[in-house]
Amino acid sequence: MYEPAVRRRAERRERFTTLSGEPVAPLYTADDLAGFDAARDLGQPGEHPYTRGIHPTMYRGRLWTMRQFAGFGSAEDTNARFRYLLKHGVTGLSTAFDMPTLMGRDADDPLSRGEVGREGVAVSSLADMEVLFDGIPVDEVTTSMTINGPASIVWAMYLAAAEKRGYPLAALGGTIQNDALKEYIAQREWIVPERAAMDLVVDTFRFGVREVPRWNTISVSGYHIREAGATALQELAFTLIDGLEYVKWGVAAGLDPNEFVPRMSFFFDVHNDFFEEIAKFRAARRIWAREMERRYHPTNPRALQLRTHAQTAGVSLTAQQPYNNVVRVALQALAAVLGGTQSLHTNSLDETYALPTEEAVTLALRTQQIIAHESGVADTVDPLGGSYYLEHLTRRMEEGFERYLREIESFGGMVEAVERGYPQREITESSFRFSEQVERGEKLVVGINAYASEEEPPIPTLRIDPEVERKQVARLVETRRRRDAGRWREAIARLREAAARAKTDRRAELMPAFLDCARAYASVGEQVAALKEVFGVYRDPGYF
Amino acid sequence: MSTGTPATSEPVKRPIRVVVAKAGLDGHDRGAKVVARALRDAGMEVIYTGVHQTPEQVVETALQEDVDAIGVSLLSGAHNFIFPRIAELMREKGLDDVLLFGGGIIPEADVPGLKQVGVDRVFPPGASLDEIVRYLDEAVGKRRGAVA
Repeated sequence: MYEPAVRRRAERRERFTTLSGEPVAPLYTADDLAGFDAARDLGQPGEHPYTRGIHPTMYRGRLWTMRQFAGFGSAEDTNARFRYLLKHGVTGLSTAFDMPTLMGRDADDPLSRGEVGREGVAVSSLADMEVLFDGIPVDEVTTSMTINGPASIVWAMYLAAAEKRGYPLAALGGTIQNDALKEYIAQREWIVPERAAMDLVVDTFRFGVREVPRWNTISVSGYHIREAGATALQELAFTLIDGLEYVKWGVAAGLDPNEFVPRMSFFFDVHNDFFEEIAKFRAARRIWAREMERRYHPTNPRALQLRTHAQTAGVSLTAQQPYNNVVRVALQALAAVLGGTQSLHTNSLDETYALPTEEAVTLALRTQQIIAHESGVADTVDPLGGSYYLEHLTRRMEEGFERYLREIESFGGMVEAVERGYPQREITESSFRFSEQVERGEKLVVGINAYASEEEPPIPTLRIDPEVERKQVARLVETRRRRDAGRWREAIARLREAAARAKTDRRAELMPAFLDCARAYASVGEQVAALKEVFGVYRDPGYF
Repeated sequence: MSTGTPATSEPVKRPIRVVVAKAGLDGHDRGAKVVARALRDAGMEVIYTGVHQTPEQVVETALQEDVDAIGVSLLSGAHNFIFPRIAELMREKGLDDVLLFGGGIIPEADVPGLKQVGVDRVFPPGASLDEIVRYLDEAVGKRRGAVA
C-alpha cells in the first residue's frame, strides 16, 4: 500500500528526521516494538521503572507546580514580582540571579560593571536576601534558586534569612540548582576547578540530609546542555550521566544513597519536537530507575524516582514575529505535561529581547493554566503510553543513552570526560550541525527561513532601571560598614580553614562555615575570594 | 578556502581576520561559537576569545592579532555598558579602521544608541550565518578599499 502511494505522489521530503536528527519512519506498528514488554518496560504509574510517571495518580491527584523563573533589578523589584506571581496563581517560586551573583562577584567588583540586576536579581549579602523573601511564607511556598558555582553560599544566605524570621530549617522546602558539571559542559558559570566544585556539591548533600531534609540540594540540569546546542539524546544522556557521577561522589564521601539520592532532582529542557520530547522524559525516568537499581540496590524506592522540573526551550524562540513564540511555548509545555514533569516554567514571548514584562509572564503562566484546566490532558495518567511511535522513540533514547554511557565510562566517568572536553565538543558539533540544517532549509523555522516578514513593529520590552547598580553598590557598602567587623573576620577565617581541610578530607564540612559567613553578612564575593585562594580558578578552554 | 598558489600574478587577497568575543560575565556561548565556526568555514581567520573577557582583554586581543573586525556576543543585558566601553578602548588604541559588530539578546530600542557609539551592525537571534558572512565580506572590503 505504502510504496505504490509514494510512487503516485512523492512525499514532502526525501528523509524525515526528528529535530535531533533521528530518522522517522512513515508508520509505526506493533512490529517496531519487538521485545517490548509492557509489564517490564512501562510498569504501572508510581512503580518501577516509572516510565509512566512517578506517582500512581499523577495530575489527577495534584497538578504540576507552575513555577515561573523570575528575577531582575534589585531585591525589592524581584520581591514585588514574586508577590505578583503568587497572587496570579503560581504555586512555587524560582529565583533568577544576576550575572555577578552567578559568577560569585559582588556588585562593586570591577567585572560586574553594567551587569548588576540585568539578567536576574542582584544578591551580594544576607541583607539582599532578607529583602528578596520579605513577607513570603517560606514554610508554605517552595523556592527554587538557580545558582551553581556559589550555590552553597547563596543557599546559606537563604537559610540564614529564614532562620532570622523564626523558621526552623527543617520546615524549609526548595531547590538549589547546584549542578557543577553542567557549568563546565555548557553553562559556564563556574568559580573553582571542577573537582573542588564536586566536593562543594557533595557537602550540600550531607548538610541537606541532616539539617534541611525537605530541600533538593541539586537539580541536575539538562536545560543548559540543550540550550548550548545539544540534541535531545545528548541532553538526556549527559544529564543522567552527570547524575550518576554525583551519586558516585556522594557514596565515595560516605553518604547513604537511600538518604541523599531522593533529594536529587532533575531539570530538562522541552523543545519543539513534540514526541521526541515526551519520549525523553519517559526514557529519563526508566533509565534512572534501572541504573540506580543496578548500581546501588537502594531500599528506599524514592532513590529510584526521577523527579524533574521542565522549562520550555529558550533557544527555540525567535526575535522575528515574536508572537509566534506563544504558540511554540504552548506546544512545548503540552509535551512537558504529557512527559509527566513535576514542575514547569513557560517562557515568555519577549525573551529574545530582554527579561519578560509582567504582561508577557502572565500570558506564559495562563498557558499552563489552560493546559491544566481546559485541555483535559491532566485528567488521566500518561495518556500516550502504549503509542507505537512514542514507545519506539522512548526505547531509541534508552539505547542512545547506553552508547554515551559506554563512551563516557571509557574516560573513567563524567569528571574525566569533561576534563578531556568530550561532552563540550559533542555539543558544539550538534549545535553547528543544526545551524547548518536551518541555513540549508532542511529544518524550517517559521518567521526565519520560512514565512519571513519584512517589517515588524517592535514589541514592548522590560527596561531595567540603570539606577539599580548604583543603589545595589550603595547597599553593599552600607552593609559592610554596619556589620560586626570582628565577627566577619572570624567567619571568613573559619571558611578558609574549612576549605583547606576539605581539600584533603572529603568528609570535612563547609556548610556550617558558609552559614556563619551569611550570619556575619559576609558578601558573596568575599566568600568566593576565600574559596579561590584555596582551590584556584577555572578558565574557559574555548572549544569551538 | 582555496588551495595552492594562485596561477595568475594578481595579489593574493588576505583573508579577513576577526575576533569573536564573549565579553563580561555572560556564559551563553552557543551563538558565538556557531558564528566563529561559520566565519572560519567561509575562509576567514577566526580568533575565539572564550567566555568572561573584559573589554580591555577583547581590545588587546584585537590589537595583538591585527584583525579587521571584532564581533561581540552579548546575552546578558550589559550591552549598553560593554559596547561603548569596547568602542572607547578601540579609539584609544588607534583601532579606528577595525569594524565592531555584534549580536545577542538586545532590544531593538537599544540598537540606534549602539550604532551611535560605533557598533556597525547588531544581529538579532535567528540572523542567518550566510547574512553575517556576507556582511563581513562587504563591510571589511569597503574599509580596506577606503584605507588603501
